[in-house]
Formats: sequence, C-alpha cells, structure tokens
Amino acid sequence: MSIGHTLLGLLESGPRHGYDLKRAFDEHFGHDRPLHYGQVYSTMSRLLKNGLVEVDGVEAGAGPERKRYAITDAGVTDVGQWLSRPEKPEPYLQSTLYTKVVLALMTGRDAAELLDTQRAEHLRLMRGLTERKRQGDLADQLICDHALFHLEADLRWLELTAARLDGLAQTVHK
Amino acid sequence: MTPEGSLLAASDLHKAYGATPALDGAEFSIHPGEVVAVLGPSGSGKSTLLHCLAGIIRPDRGTVRYGDRDLTAMSDAERSALRRSDFGFVFQFGQLVPELTCLENVALPLRLNGARRKEAERQAREWLERLEVEDVHTQRPGEVSGGQGQRVAVARALATRPRVVFADEPTGALDSLNGERVMTLLTDAARETRAAVVLVTHETRVAAYSDREITVRDGKVKDLLAGLR
Amino acid sequence: MTRPPHRRPVPPHGPAVWFRDLGMGLRFAAAGGREGWTRTLLTAVGVGLGVLLLLGAASVPTLMEGRHERAMARQLLNGEEPPSASARTVLAAGSDTTFRDERVFGTRVRPEGPDAPLPPGVTAYPRPGTMVVSPALRSLLASPGGALLRERLPYVITGTIGDAGLLGPKELAYYLTSDALTVDNGAFRLARFGADDPGPPMSPMLLMLIIIACVVLLMPVAVFIATAIRFGGDRRDRRLAALRLVGADVATTRRIAAGEALFGALCGLALGTALFLVCRTFAGSVTLWDINAFPSDVTPLPALAALIAVAVPLAALAVALFTLRGVAIEPLGVVRGRTVRRRRLWWRLPLLVGGPAILLLGGRLDPRQSGSDVYPVAVGAALTLCGVTALLPWAIEAVVGRLGGGPVAWQLAVRRLQLSGGGAARAVSGICVAVAGALALQLLVSALQSDFVRRTGQDSSRAQMSVSLPESTTAGLRRGIARLAGTEGIRGTRALIEANVTRPGPLRKGEDFPPGAPLTVGDCASLREVADTGPCHDGDVFLAVHGGPASDAGAVRAAARPGGQVLLNADGDTGKPIGAPRLWTVPERTREVAARSDPTGDLSLRVLATPGALDATRLQDPYARVLIRTDPAVPDAEEHVRNTAAALGPEVFVSTVHDTESDAQYAGVHTGLLLGSTVTMALVAAGLLVTTVEQLRERRRLLSVLVAFGTRRSTLAWSVLWQTAVPVALGLALAVAAGLGLGSGLLRMAGKADYDWAGVWPLPLAGGLLVLLVTLLTLPSLWRLMRPDGLRTE
Repeated sequence: MSIGHTLLGLLESGPRHGYDLKRAFDEHFGHDRPLHYGQVYSTMSRLLKNGLVEVDGVEAGAGPERKRYAITDAGVTDVGQWLSRPEKPEPYLQSTLYTKVVLALMTGRDAAELLDTQRAEHLRLMRGLTERKRQGDLADQLICDHALFHLEADLRWLELTAARLDGLAQTVHK
Repeated sequence: MTPEGSLLAASDLHKAYGATPALDGAEFSIHPGEVVAVLGPSGSGKSTLLHCLAGIIRPDRGTVRYGDRDLTAMSDAERSALRRSDFGFVFQFGQLVPELTCLENVALPLRLNGARRKEAERQAREWLERLEVEDVHTQRPGEVSGGQGQRVAVARALATRPRVVFADEPTGALDSLNGERVMTLLTDAARETRAAVVLVTHETRVAAYSDREITVRDGKVKDLLAGLR
Repeated sequence: MTRPPHRRPVPPHGPAVWFRDLGMGLRFAAAGGREGWTRTLLTAVGVGLGVLLLLGAASVPTLMEGRHERAMARQLLNGEEPPSASARTVLAAGSDTTFRDERVFGTRVRPEGPDAPLPPGVTAYPRPGTMVVSPALRSLLASPGGALLRERLPYVITGTIGDAGLLGPKELAYYLTSDALTVDNGAFRLARFGADDPGPPMSPMLLMLIIIACVVLLMPVAVFIATAIRFGGDRRDRRLAALRLVGADVATTRRIAAGEALFGALCGLALGTALFLVCRTFAGSVTLWDINAFPSDVTPLPALAALIAVAVPLAALAVALFTLRGVAIEPLGVVRGRTVRRRRLWWRLPLLVGGPAILLLGGRLDPRQSGSDVYPVAVGAALTLCGVTALLPWAIEAVVGRLGGGPVAWQLAVRRLQLSGGGAARAVSGICVAVAGALALQLLVSALQSDFVRRTGQDSSRAQMSVSLPESTTAGLRRGIARLAGTEGIRGTRALIEANVTRPGPLRKGEDFPPGAPLTVGDCASLREVADTGPCHDGDVFLAVHGGPASDAGAVRAAARPGGQVLLNADGDTGKPIGAPRLWTVPERTREVAARSDPTGDLSLRVLATPGALDATRLQDPYARVLIRTDPAVPDAEEHVRNTAAALGPEVFVSTVHDTESDAQYAGVHTGLLLGSTVTMALVAAGLLVTTVEQLRERRRLLSVLVAFGTRRSTLAWSVLWQTAVPVALGLALAVAAGLGLGSGLLRMAGKADYDWAGVWPLPLAGGLLVLLVTLLTLPSLWRLMRPDGLRTE
C-alpha cells in the first residue's frame, strides 16, 4: 500500500493540515494499521521535495506550527497515474498455505482437516468483515468486500489445491 | 440425544440413491434464531441433508426431531402440513409459479395454509415491501430481474412466519451485489422473527452470513462446534 | 483487387429446394430418437384414423350400389306381360318372415321345368319340400337360439345361397321349393329373376350426411395433427435452432419441420390404409343402420382413393406450415408463440357467420329429388364447424381473461390458462368440432328417421299382434283361430270373421254396381275393439257408421238397412249371387254406433254382427283377423305366434303392433354416431393428455418446489383438472350451441321441424367424461413428477 499516493489522493479534495490528513487516512484506510504522525510528516516532506504538494499556509499556535498542504498539478497527475497502474498480486498467503498443504500430505496428515481448519479460520474473519459491512458505510463495504473476495479466493484456491494434491498423493502412494 | 434447546436436530442420518450413499451418518442441530451454513463440495450430500431435515424426503435410517416431534415417523400428509405451517423454502431458481403474479406467489403459501385471499395478499404485500420489491407485485416472475425474483422468493419463504427457513443456494443464480442484498434481507428478517435458517451454499462469502457452519464431506457432517462440545 | 472468380455451387432452387428440405425433414423424423418417434406415432395415428374415415366414406357409393344391384337382381317382377307357363319359367312368391325383430328374406319357388331360371346365388333348385339357405340362417337354425325358427322352417336344408344372392353376409334368407305354389295362391310366374333398374342416384340427403360426417370426423383429426406438430420435442427444437445457426433461413427450417410432419402423415397414410384393409374384413360382422356389407362392397372409388393418397400428405404439409407460422425458429432456440399476440375476432367471425348464412340462403333440400344442390349445404356446414374451431381460442381467451378468485387450485389453473391458453384451446377445439358436428348430424339423422319413427297410431296396450287368416271356410277359420288361441305365451285373443255383403235386387237409378259393405262377425268383446258398441248382447247387430268418412257411412247405410235384407254370397264383380242367394235380414233394432280404431290403427265403417244374430258359416269367402295379446313374461311369445301362423299356411300374415316403428333402427344410428364421435374425441383426448403431461414435465422442478413447501397433491390435481375442464366446458358449451344451431339449419334444409332433444346430452357427457379420464391419466405422471428428485441440482 502506497501511503504517499493515499495522502495525495486525500489532498485532492482540498488543502488539509497534517493532523487532518492522519485522521482522514485512519478513518478510511487505517483500520488494520493506524498511521504515525511521523509517517505523515516524512511523507509530506518527500512529496514537497518532489513538487507534488505545496505549503498553502502556516498557522502559528500554542503547539508545533501547523502547515496546510495543497496538491500541485504534478501531484494530481501522479495520483491519476497510480490509480491506473495495476497492483502486483500479493503472493504471501498462497505460498505459506501451499507450504502447509504440501507438508501435511508429505507427512501423511489429512489435508482436508487442514483445509477445514483454515476455512473455519477464514470464515471467522469473513463473518467479522460481513458484520462490519452490514453496519458500515459505503467505504467500509468496499474495503470489506475486497478483503472478503480475497479471502474467498484464497479458500477456493486452497480447496482446488487440496483436491489436486489428494489425487496426486493417491498416485504417489500407489 | 438432541442437543439441549435445539429446534431441529438430526442424528445418524443415512440415505442412499441406488448404490451411491448421499448421507452416511450425518448429525445436525440448530437453535431458534440461528443461521447455520451447510458447506461442502458438490455431490457431498448437502441438498440431501436439507431435504431430510425439511421432511421432503425420508432418510433410510436415523431420526429428525423438530421440537418434540419425530419427522421420520410422520406420514407424508403430516410432513406436508408441517412444511406448510412451520417451514419456509428458498431455492436457487425456478421456484416461482410463472403464471402467478409476484404478489400471488408470495400469498400462495399463506393460502395453502388456509388464509383467505384478501388477507393473504395483504400480508404478502407487506413482505414485498419489506424485501424492497413492492413495485413488482403485479408483474409475473418472467418479467422481473433475477434479484427481484429471488427477493420475491425470500418474501414467500418468510410470509408464513416459519420457525425454520431452508435455503438451498439462494444466491446461486445471482450476481454478487444482488446475492449480498438477498442474504442481508434474509438473515435480517430471520433474526428478527427468531427463525432458524439452514443455509446450503458452496460460496464461503455467502456462508459468512451464518452464525456457524458445518461441512458435509462424503455424506458425513463435520460440525466444528459439535466437535468442541 | 482482382480475385479469381470463386465458383460457388449453384444452390438448388424452385421445387428442388422443397424436395431437399422436405427430404431432410423426413430423415430427421426417421432418426429423431424416442421423442421424435412419439411425435411421429401420434401424428401417424391421427392421420391414420383420418385416412380410415376417408376411405370408408369413399366406399359408401360402392357399398350402396352393390347392395342395390343385388337387391334388384332377386326381385320377383313379371312385368306387364306375364310369361306363359313353360319349361323355362318358375313360380315364385315372397315369403318373408320376422324372427326376433330381424327380417328373414324368404321366397317360395316352384320351377316349372328343367330350364327354369335360378335366383341369384342359387346353383340348383332344392327338391320340393326342401330349401336352400344363407350361411347366417343355416347357423341360426342349427343353434339353440334358432329352435323356434326351426319350427317355422322345418324343411331339410339342401344347399347354400351364394353371396350374389344376399345383401350382406349376415342376411337371413331362404328359397323353399313348394309343390303347392300356384298363380292362384299368390305366386308370380317368372321367366327370370331381377328387375332392370338404373339404380337411383344417391339420395342428396345421404350425400349431405356423408359430406358432413367427413367434415365432422376429419376436423378433429386435422386439429389433432396440428397439436401433434406442436408437441414440444426439445430435441427437434435444438436441431432446428442448430440449423439456423449454421445458416439455414427461416423458410428452410420451416420446410424441414414440415418434412418431419410429412413423415408422420406418410406413416399415417400407410397405417390408415392398413387399418382400412383390416376393418373391411370385419365389415360383414357389423350391422349399422340395418346395413351389413360384404368386404368386397367396402371398396373406395378408385378416383377418390387416389385423391386421398395425394391430398392427405399435402394437407398435413399445409397444416404443418400453417401451424409453424406462430413458431419462431431462431439460431439460439425456438420461441413458441411466446409473443402474446392477442387473438383477433375479425377473421373468425366471418367463418362463423358465413357458414350459417350459406345454409340459410340455400333452398330447401328435397330428400327424394336428386337434382337439388347439396354442395352449398355441405360447404355451409363445414364453414360453420371451421368457424367454431376458429372462434374457440378467442372465446377461451376472452372468458378466461375475466376469471379470477376461487381457491388456490382454481387460481393456478386460471392463471396458467390466461398465460398460455392457446395450447389448451387447440387441443379442445378438436373435441368441440367433434361434438358440434356429431350433434348436428344426430339432429338431422333423428329428424330423417322421424319419417319412420313417427307414431303409427297403433295401440300396443290393447293387442300386441295381429294375424290375418286368408279366405277360407268359416270352419277352417275357426280351426285357425282356435290354434292361435292355444299358442304358448298368449293371454287372450279377439277374433273377427269378415266378409262382404251386398244389397240384393236390381240396380237402382244412378247406380253402377250394387251397394256393398264389409260385415264383421264377432263376440261382443271382439266387436268392441272396432266400434263403441255400448251395451252389447249376443244377438245384437250394429252399424258402425259414425266416426269415419261420410261416403263410407252412406255406403253402409245403403247396403244394410235395419229391417232390410242383405245378400251374403254376391259375386264381387256382378253383384249376382253365386249359386242360390243366401239372404240375411238386418234386425229392426239395429243401432248405429261409432267406429273405433282397432289396435293396428285401422278404422273402417261396417256392419257388425254377434254370432247370435248371424251364423258366420253362411258367409261367402270369409277371412279373419285375430288380435292377440301376448304374455310379456313369455320371452318368445311373438315367435310362437308366428310359428303357429306359419303352420296354418304360407299366406297367413302376421304383424306386430308398435306404438312407434323402427325404434331399433334409430337406436343403431344413434349408437353409431355416438361411437364415432367418442372415438374421435378419444383421439383428441390422447392429444390433450400428451400436451398436459408434457407441460407438467417441463415444470418438474416447479412441482417439486411446490411440494417442498407443503402443497397438497390434491391441490395440484385439482388445478390440472380445472385447467383441462375450463376450456373443455367452454368448448362444449360452444359446441352444443353451434351443434344445435347447425342441426336446426340442416333440419330446415331437409324440411323437418321436430327433433329429438334427448339425443343431445350423451355427447357433452362423453366430452366431460373424457376430461375426467385425461385428468386421471395425468395423475400418475403428476405424482411421479412431484417427487423431490426435481429439487436436486443437476
């Protein structure tokens, strides 16, 4: 997930303070990992240096000085490019589960058992997501859907793999 | 035998079609207001389990208890009467009577149950409203979209205020958005009326609307919670 | 951009296209698997029955002609100049009798030399006192049931009458050689048997009946074929759709589909011909309308047979193409008239109005005159029936569209009819035409029969039989009367000895012959059968002069004046006494009374005398009439009487007294019509059954779902019943209305007014029963389809 592009995107709807940016990020995207202030400022300074944002004004106050950031034309272009670029598929989960299924079969354990346990675990998570989706607004729904579809895809891939390896194991053990 | 407080419970169900066993010692129980997903690969015996639980078919062996009654010991007429009064059904497709209007379709189980036509159609109309398809009540099933049709089917299943709703792949013929909406409306309405839902599906996303799932594999049931008990 | 000219094969055109496509259809039908064969079979059965009917109708002229010729060939007619006796002549006298309501054709013969002509079917005269008989009579006489007839015909059987001498194989007939036969006792002298008769042209009535019968029986068959062509047949649909996908145009696929129907029609033609050949061998064992025919009589006219062979397949083709009009064969599937096209009334009404109009405008049809034009009548009747067929789908749509309410089963049925009533209407219109046509025919036939069925004026409550004894001596008559009275199964007899009396003396002024009057001698009880005598004692004489024509009354009064004398033995021609005059004085106190119809319906004015007033032995050439009351408890009382009468002599004439005549004949026609239309309706019912079961099968899944949520079987069964019954009820209502209307129209043509309403109800009843039957037969499939198997996802 690109934090820089996300923050840029948030600025597109209007100039914001750094604190506002963090709040908005957390509210929409930060359910799993809230953003640190430090991350916001380091990202902003990088974007400033690249000319994608500019400082819209500074407010003096009791605390630290509060800069208002605004997106530049170059920044808008950059967000557009990022949005239209496909994401690399995440290979992480598949490789772990694959390793587990293969290990189970190699050691003579029940792959179906592993699958059912994994499905139950997936379903537990999916129930939570479904519940959140029912309570939440559109953004919640979209995000939860994404997670749900991914989890379901994992499961389906896992089921297919188990079925394939079952057949393979039978030929192996003959 | 049956788990404490369960509404519908089955034990040691066996059913074979010819030589191929569809159920081979299946167990099941569901409580009032509970949504239980029945998962499993195709051909594993999911639908057979549902048909046995609903008293549509009689198992070769085993018992199905509904409250204090034994479905397997009841006559065909008694089971039909029970299905009319206490159970509701949603299937994947082809379940609405094509000649009747949507309203008449929803009113049908009420009328089969002995309600007068006017009263049945008044109640049916409420259910159509509730499932957000009030506007199609004069149309016939062939003239509405798949999602609308399935909502009409859900309305029909719920119209008699059943204690148990049996749903066999209720979203199987729908796109994701419509499927999701149908599942939300179905489970919301069921929870509200404290109806139990037996939900047969092969989609985990749909199963995620349940409170609990069981997996049918080769006619045997794996109830993870039951295993924990 | 020059490309080498691509030589495309020239596609066939004109008739070649038709042959190619129809041929392809034929091949598809022959290789269409089980469903295809079912459809072909149903079509073939429908067409086969149609062909059978047509061939039967085409045989009627041959049949009637054959019967007529054989009947003429055995006529006893000696023409205007009787031949004189020679070795080449024969004496013959009709000697028919009746056995248990069946006529026995009988002739007594006496060949006058070795070269005497032989009657048709007889190879040699039987020896005197023996007889030759028809095969049917031979077996009847040999059977226990024929014992009574055997008493009447106790003669040795020496031969068999060949087919040429019989009207039909079941005819009872005999030729008896009798030495007693003379010209004086009623025989004709013949130089040959048979009469020249050109044969009357076919009665226009009969022609009309045949034409209308064909329309009536063929329309349902056509409807049935149309239904059969529409039988779903998923395989065929997929095949036709596949043809469209590979580029066949709509016309081509239609021709191919029509070719499949043509296959059924050709099979039907073969089947019908085979059925016809089988049926005609049984023609002899069936007696309908008093007609019983030899198989060889049942031969279609060659021209008509050829026409049938060509027209039937063409008609099937036309029906198929017409039917496919409403079916859209698209590359991705077949759409079966789904576009809800509202049925229009405008083209249906002219048929229904035009038919009766033609009937009404056409003049009266004279049953006896062959010149009258029968074709407008037939066309009008056919149009009316077509109109009914065409109107029915519209009527069903119009009526069903207004239905609603009622229980669930009713709702399901009505809604289904509203959505797809066309199929039901099609199937039902067959029944409708059959009923309407049969009704019309029945009315017509019953009216024509009323010529014979009218009240005879006879009174069977007073006497059941009347036996006439020929002129004899009074003693002879009394012996005969006594023997009749002693016959088994008789409760009572009234005997009347009759003769003629004449006024004696010379002719008076203005008279050409001496006045005479019939005179009857009988006891008071017997006299009361012919006159209202009032108080009557032996010794009384009455003049029955009231209640009849005044001229007759005058003749009686002129001949027999109370106090005057009458001559008992006058010669009928001269009025002079034969030998010494026998005179009898009519008593002074003779009363004039009213004559009364006797039980046979006769009424005549005459002199009535009790035996105490006039000794019957003084009468000249007396004859007698015996009125007999039979005992209904004795089953063959009539036959016993006939036997006694036959024993008394060949000239004793027996008749039975009926209130109405020809009851049995009419019942035969009635049964035949009912049977014919029932068979036709059964055919339609078969179509209805197939349609319904097919419809149910398409909805297998839905039925399972309905069962799942607890629908009672009875609810679904009732809905099937309603679904069949509503269109049929509408159809029958329309049919009865049309049938009665058409019937009255035809009656008007025939110049008859009264008809038999009692004959109307069996047909709608039969239609209703067929609906029940179809529903019942549907139930097993319904039960089977209601099993939860349909819920299992494939």
